[in-house]
Amino acid sequence: MTRYFLRVSREGRRAARVLALGLALSLGGVLALTGPVLAQNALVIPDGSRQAIPIAIPNFAGGDLGRQIAEVISADLERSGLFKPIPAGTFPQSPDQLQAQPAFPSWRGAGADALVAGKVVPQGGKTAFEFRLWELNSEQQMTGTAFTADTANWRRVAHIIADTIYSKMTGDDGYFDTRIVYVSESGPKNRRVKRLAIMDQDGANHRFLTSGKDLVLTPRFSPRDQTITYMSYFNDKPRVYLFNIDTGQQEVLGDFPGMTFAPRFSPDGNRVVMSMARDGNTDIYAIDLRTRKFNRLTSGPAIDTSPSFSPDGSQIVYNSDQGGSQQLYIMSAGGGGGKRISFGDGRYATPVWSPRGDYIAFTKMKGGRFSIGVMKPDGSGERILTESFLDEAPTWAPNGRVIAFFRQSPGASGSVKLYSVDVTGFNERLMPTPLDGSDPAWSPLNP
Amino acid sequence: MRFTHPGYKIASLVAALFVVAACSSTPEATTGGASTSTGASYAPGSQEDLAANAGDSVFFDFDQYNLKPEGQATLQAQAAWLAKYPAVTLTIEGHADERGTREYNLALGERRANSARAYLISLGVDANRLQVISYGKDRPFAVGSDETSWAQNRRGFSRVN
Repeated sequence: MTRYFLRVSREGRRAARVLALGLALSLGGVLALTGPVLAQNALVIPDGSRQAIPIAIPNFAGGDLGRQIAEVISADLERSGLFKPIPAGTFPQSPDQLQAQPAFPSWRGAGADALVAGKVVPQGGKTAFEFRLWELNSEQQMTGTAFTADTANWRRVAHIIADTIYSKMTGDDGYFDTRIVYVSESGPKNRRVKRLAIMDQDGANHRFLTSGKDLVLTPRFSPRDQTITYMSYFNDKPRVYLFNIDTGQQEVLGDFPGMTFAPRFSPDGNRVVMSMARDGNTDIYAIDLRTRKFNRLTSGPAIDTSPSFSPDGSQIVYNSDQGGSQQLYIMSAGGGGGKRISFGDGRYATPVWSPRGDYIAFTKMKGGRFSIGVMKPDGSGERILTESFLDEAPTWAPNGRVIAFFRQSPGASGSVKLYSVDVTGFNERLMPTPLDGSDPAWSPLNP
Repeated sequence: MRFTHPGYKIASLVAALFVVAACSSTPEATTGGASTSTGASYAPGSQEDLAANAGDSVFFDFDQYNLKPEGQATLQAQAAWLAKYPAVTLTIEGHADERGTREYNLALGERRANSARAYLISLGVDANRLQVISYGKDRPFAVGSDETSWAQNRRGFSRVN
C-alpha cells in the first residue's frame, strides 16, 4: 500500500512537470488509470537481482516519430539494466494492429512480461502523444497517459514515458528525464583544455557551456533551478562561480581572500557549501545565496573539503585529513563536531549523500587503485561498486539508484571517460561523450 | 591553455649548459656575464635566470607538504636570487600527482605552495612579493603514470610574474 501511495504522488509530480514544460495535458490526461494492479508486486525487482524484465516496446503508431519515440524509451529502459526489451523481429502485431487491441497471448508467447503501446498524432503545430503500459499476464493496463506537446520536445516526452514505465514496474522513481553537466576534456595531459558541457543523460542534446580558455572543474547542479556552481581559474584566480544555464550569466560567488573550490548546493538550493584554502589551511564554508553572508563550518589545520548535504539539509558529510589521512566525517549543517564514519583500509574521499538518504557514495584509494563505493551514513554496510587505476567523483541520479563517475586510464595518452553503475555494483556502462569527460554531476528531474 | 610551464625544459637545458660553463670558467659569473659566457639567451631576473641560477622547483613526498633538505636549499638560492632582483615577484604554484582526488589535491597543492612561501618569508623575502596558486593534479609536468612522473608532479614551482 505504501508503495502505491508513493506512485500516486509521483504521478502528481509528473503532471506538474509536464505542465511546467509547457505541454498541455489533453482532456482526460490519464487514460483510464486503473487502481493498483494486484499482479504488480511480482514485477518489482529486489535490489541486487539481475532478473531484467522482458518488455516489448514496439514502434508507436504514427510513422518516423513513433519509431524514434520507441527507440528512446527502449534505450533508456535497457540502459537501466532492469529491463530487457525483446527483439522487434518477434513482435506479433504491427503498431496499428496494436492500437485496435493487443493480442495478449501472442505477446506473452513472444516472451514479454509487459507491453508498451503508443501512438503519436499531429495536432496543428504540435503532437498528441499517447501510451499505455500493459501487464501481459493479467492483461491489465498498469498506466496510460496522453498529452500534447511541441513536436520538438519529443525526446523529453519519450524520457518521461520511460520514467513512468520504470517507476510503475520497479517501484523506484525514474531518472531518464535528466541531464548531466560535466567537464569535457581534450588535448595533452599537461595542457588539458577543459570546458563545461551539458547533455541529456543519454548523451543527446550535447552542448558546451564554456570556451575552454579558462580551466574549469567540478560543476554541480542546483536542486531547484537552472543554475550550476563550479570552479574556474578565470584571471588566474581559482574561485567558485555560479552559472545560469538559461542565460549564460556567470558570477563569482563571494569575496574570499583565498582559493575557493569543491562547491555543492544545499537541498533547498538556498546555500552553497565549499572549501576555502588560505595560508596552507583548507576549511569548509557555507554561503547563503539570498544574503551572500558566509559562515565558517570547520576550523583547525586539517584539509576539510568535498562537503555534501544530507537530503534533509541537517547534516554535511565531508572529507578531512584531521586524523592523518583522508577520511569521511559528518557534522551538523551549522558546523563543528565532525564525527568520523569511514574506518576501512585505505583513504576515502569525495563523499556524496544519496538524494534518498540511505547511502553515501565515495571514492576509495587503496593499494594504488581507486574505487567507487557506498556506505550507510553511520559508516556501516560499505560496498565497493567499481575499481580501476583511477575511478573518481561519484554523483547520484535523482532516484538514488544509479551513480555516475569518471574513469581515467594510466599513461600519457590515457583516456578519461564517464561511466554509470547501479548502486548494487551491477550494470557498469560507458556514458558516451564527444570528447573525454570528467567530474560528472547528475541533474535533478528536469523541471 | 594559458600557462604551459615553458620554463621547464629550457630550464633544464640551460642549467646543464651553466654547470658545464661554470666548471670550465668562472664559478661566480656576474649577472650580465652569465648569459654571455654560457651562450644562453635569458634576461636577468627572468624565469630562465631563476631556473638556471637558483632552481625553480621544490619537490615533495607523496601526500606530504613538508620541505625536504634539497627543497630548502633551492629556496635559499631563490631567496638570494630574489634579493638581487628586488622588482621581481613570484607566484608559487602548488602541484600534486594524479594519485589523489581532485578536490583534496587542490588543497594539498595549496599547502605545498604555502610551505615554500612561508620558508621564503622566513629567509627575509617580502611576503608581498610572493603569491600562491594551486593547480592540484590538473597541470602535471610529467605525463606518465609511474613513480618518476609522479615525483616530478609533487612540486612547488616558482613562476616569475
